[in-house]
Amino acid sequence: MTTTPLTTTLAAAPQGVNGVALAVFVFFFLAVTVMGFLAARWRKAEQSANLDEWGLGGRSFGTWVTWFLLGGDLYTAYTFVAVPAAIYTAGAAGFFAVPYTILVYPLIFTFLPRLWSVSHRHGYVTTSDFVRGRFGSKGLSLAVALTGLLATMPYIALQLVGIQAVLDVLGVGGGADANWFVKDLPLLIAFAVLAAYTYSSGLRAPALIAFVKDGLIYLVIVVAIIYIPIKLGGFGEIFHAAKDTLAVHGPTGKPRGELASGPNAQWAYATLALGSALALFMYPHSITATLSSRSRNVIRRNTTILPLYSLMLGLLALLGFMAIKAGTDTRGNAQLAIPQLFEDMFPSWFAGVAFAAIGIGALVPAAIMSIAAANLFTRNVYKDFLKPDATPEQEHKVAKLVSLLVKVGALAFVLTMDKTVAINFQLLGGIWILQTMPALVGGLFTRWFHRWALLAGWAVGMVYGTLAAYGVASPTQKHFGGSNAQIPGIGEIGYIGLTAFVLNVVVTVVLTFVLKALKAPEGTDETSPGDYTADVGDAGVTADLPPATAGAPAGH
Amino acid sequence: MAEKAAPPDRRPVVTPTRVVAGLCLIAPFIAMLWVSSYARIEPTLIGIPFFYWYQMAWVLISTVLTSVAYKLVQREQRARKDGAA
Repeated sequence: MTTTPLTTTLAAAPQGVNGVALAVFVFFFLAVTVMGFLAARWRKAEQSANLDEWGLGGRSFGTWVTWFLLGGDLYTAYTFVAVPAAIYTAGAAGFFAVPYTILVYPLIFTFLPRLWSVSHRHGYVTTSDFVRGRFGSKGLSLAVALTGLLATMPYIALQLVGIQAVLDVLGVGGGADANWFVKDLPLLIAFAVLAAYTYSSGLRAPALIAFVKDGLIYLVIVVAIIYIPIKLGGFGEIFHAAKDTLAVHGPTGKPRGELASGPNAQWAYATLALGSALALFMYPHSITATLSSRSRNVIRRNTTILPLYSLMLGLLALLGFMAIKAGTDTRGNAQLAIPQLFEDMFPSWFAGVAFAAIGIGALVPAAIMSIAAANLFTRNVYKDFLKPDATPEQEHKVAKLVSLLVKVGALAFVLTMDKTVAINFQLLGGIWILQTMPALVGGLFTRWFHRWALLAGWAVGMVYGTLAAYGVASPTQKHFGGSNAQIPGIGEIGYIGLTAFVLNVVVTVVLTFVLKALKAPEGTDETSPGDYTADVGDAGVTADLPPATAGAPAGH
Repeated sequence: MAEKAAPPDRRPVVTPTRVVAGLCLIAPFIAMLWVSSYARIEPTLIGIPFFYWYQMAWVLISTVLTSVAYKLVQREQRARKDGAA
């Protein structure tokens, strides 16, 4: 029942289009699209054609909007599709997402308020802005910007996989025999809509839609977590069935998975959780949502209410086991486990609501991610290197264009990578983005690191991480098949990202000693210690923030 | 960490309040990264193996700990501000 042979699959597949579910899905999708375009008028500033407005929503969001925005940002199609799919495929190993999101909050509690303060004193829009200001190094800032762009693409791709899974189950994803254009047409349409309203409304669109998305998601989870176990005979039954199914030996000769992380899997489990937690707030999109908040305290308060989402993630993950128990037919693609489970278990109209939740849950973060990547490119590549005298209007225009290009890059990932383990999309980006941590977080606390050492450490981490990931094979492809490899020197299997990060730090520290001994130029630091603790109301920090673009009037 | 006194506070960087707040923030790391301490099935809770409900319980525990850290830090900040004024 778990590895259905292809013949029966094809017989079972033509459930055709589920009309009611599709209608409900389309209804919500249209509603959200209209909202997306109208969002441009929400809390609109008089002067809106600059990056502060389009890219940070005017930096005016309070605790609750920030909460929704961050929640919409961090808990994505990943939550709904990839994590339960990972549990469905391998059991306990997929649950690392829960400790991962637990560790995120104490971590950001310590450094994000400092980033907020220094960014508001100096008008930084991106992490690269900060790195350039702190270390006086355009090269390092460029490295951080390019890493951000690169790492965002597989993450957006993960969202597209989520939408695609829903479309497949709805029966509009096209069968295996359809040609690629028909097959991907609905995805392309969803994608075009997303691109269009992001283009016109900027960060306001996802912030507004995030309310709808979270409302729907909470509703669906509460219903799913009560209704489905009752239908399946309780959690005892579910885990009993899961245990038996996971113990079955797969084609590789090993059991499919475990119900609790076994001794050989514990290093991987812990390093994935830690590495992912460290990486999350290096992503441009997390930073975008953070900097758009109104004050330092909004951020700290958010670290105490955001874990609500983690609880939700944990409950959702358990749906993976329910799909095992229910014998959900995934047609060889584990990503379909949850959408298919919903389709099988719920009445059509509610399945439609659930699909809408997943679909919109993918659109919101995809929009925020592409905006963040665009901010990054505009500020730190275009303005720093290509056209230093760009006007705010030009910046605005370039940012919008790049937000489109990044999405196209994401499509390329979807079309070339192994979708059956979509969770790797997120982990692959994590490997790269984690390498910017020494410069960013290190820089927030100390100026001890040398800028060239940071650059060298970054390069070593990037090269090692990419090569190691390239060397991982999966049953369906030779390269980039996973994100775990043996940790040199320890011999256990662990997350490549974390290993690369450790290498990165070692190189950075050693070279810093060397460069300091050689008296290599340190670069100028335009920040001062007081900048890192400043808050609204302090001298030099006002609620109306400095314009992000030099020479532009503040957009408020 | 390596920061020397920001202008408003002439007080030490390490205070008892901050140590407690720090411990609150470190605790989840120790609990979650020590996988072997919770990698087992029994005892189950309404049929859910220990491995799962324990980690979900830590979502709540870490929320409480982070809130405590938040309150502590905030209280100290206020005290410092009043002292400086």
